[in-house]
Amino acid sequence: MIEAKNLWKQYGDNVVLEQLNLTVNEGDFITMVGSSGCGKSTFLKLLLGTESLTRGELLINNKPIPNEPGPERGIVFQQYSVFPHMTVLENVMAAKAFSRQGITGYLFGNAKRDAKEAAEAILTEVGLQHSLNKYPHELSGGMKQRLAIAQALLGKPKILLLDEPFGALDPGIRAEMHQLVLNLWREHGLTIFMVTHDLKEGFSLGTRLWVFDKIRHDPQEPNAYGATITYDIPVTRNHEDSLKMLTEHTSKSSTTITQ
Amino acid sequence: MKRLINLTPSKPLALALGIIPFFLIAVIYLVNSNARLAENPNDKLLPPVSKMVDAMERLALEPSKRTGEYTFWADTASSLQRLGLGVLIAASVGLLFGIFTGSIPLINAGFSPLLTILSLIPPLALLPILFIVFGLGEISKVVLIVVGITPFIARDIQRRAQEIPSEQLVKAQTLGANTSQLLIRVLLPQLMPKLIDSVRLSLGAGWLFLIAAEAIAATDGLGYRIFLVRRYLSMDVILPYVAWITLLAFIFDQLLAFANRKLYPWHAQGGK
Repeated sequence: MIEAKNLWKQYGDNVVLEQLNLTVNEGDFITMVGSSGCGKSTFLKLLLGTESLTRGELLINNKPIPNEPGPERGIVFQQYSVFPHMTVLENVMAAKAFSRQGITGYLFGNAKRDAKEAAEAILTEVGLQHSLNKYPHELSGGMKQRLAIAQALLGKPKILLLDEPFGALDPGIRAEMHQLVLNLWREHGLTIFMVTHDLKEGFSLGTRLWVFDKIRHDPQEPNAYGATITYDIPVTRNHEDSLKMLTEHTSKSSTTITQ
Repeated sequence: MKRLINLTPSKPLALALGIIPFFLIAVIYLVNSNARLAENPNDKLLPPVSKMVDAMERLALEPSKRTGEYTFWADTASSLQRLGLGVLIAASVGLLFGIFTGSIPLINAGFSPLLTILSLIPPLALLPILFIVFGLGEISKVVLIVVGITPFIARDIQRRAQEIPSEQLVKAQTLGANTSQLLIRVLLPQLMPKLIDSVRLSLGAGWLFLIAAEAIAATDGLGYRIFLVRRYLSMDVILPYVAWITLLAFIFDQLLAFANRKLYPWHAQGGK
């Protein structure tokens, strides 16, 4: 479904990603880990279309990925993902409105009624049925992310991109959100890419875990070489050993980078 | 003893501290006024309150012998009409300019440098040109207000539009939104409360340009009146007029603040 062939991404002389080769199948749940500045988020932006690649190819269904965001790729950011001037219900209904052609992006009559029903259904699915008329600033961090996910899902994307969506949440809430994401992933047949800082989260959620890291280091010029995917681990249960190995590995490389 | 920056006044104390300066100014005025009047009962510089009341009664409650109008209210109506029209036009133009330059890079590239230069022109320096082009009638006064405050509003809204997190725009696009939907449903509603804030801030400048224009060429208006009676040293008219202008400015400011809270509760409560 998604394929990268010898993909490079650099900003000026600063190489972020190099020699990226990968194939992703429909229904994969990919978690991406790696120390800061190792290109995870950049790769996500390439998929999203807000950044364009420097060399190589990034294909979706054998066509180059569009170079602007579109409805086939949904996104949930760590924050600012919802519209602060709309209530919970309006936020999700807006997703329906945006998916139709039109100038204003407002819905009327039957379309509005249908959108309201669909929105209420998805909000019930993510557990926000009691907060329909609240504004986002009245919601807790976890509820805001639930809303962002509901909104993204109503756009019916094939691919869902998650950029550290639970990074700012408490551990208890995080566990709930994991369950929610797993359920939605199965139910809606999504292909998910998720950036995370938490290795454990990466292992417990995904079907594949990618580790972004720099293979080559030039101490005189740390930006001369980019990161690539150093491990592509199919995740089943019981990965204590790889977890331990990776923890050691990534902590080692992150010290090199900070030096 | 706490540090000074950690000492917060209780509510009654804060109220008292707030009133004291007003009270002091009133006392200082009355004391000096009385002192001058004791020396010269016809002193015009610091007239007693009774004289101001008389002057206001004459202007506000009795029709003028010359025109048959109630001068004070006629002045107020003309001034507010000019100010209202000017601010309304400035807000609309500023919003359009700001939203388009703030969200569409191509339009920004085309207009932003022009806007920056235009905003540097001192509007009062343009007043002679406005009088030449539009004549001495109503239009030139309204245009001065528009010219004076539009650049500020436009640049403010432009910056506010750029401040809206790009995540929101990206998110809307992943839901299928096109450019006009983004402008109308994501940007515009979030900029409306900012526009009201911006208008509140520019009202002071609006009054400035209004009074300047009226002082130079007008036949009525609050600014016209105070500059007219200056010739007779009529402080008994000027002071109440200035107080009235201040009160009007205060009322509009509060009305706009109130409208903002009612219309955009999410903004007032800090929703971002």
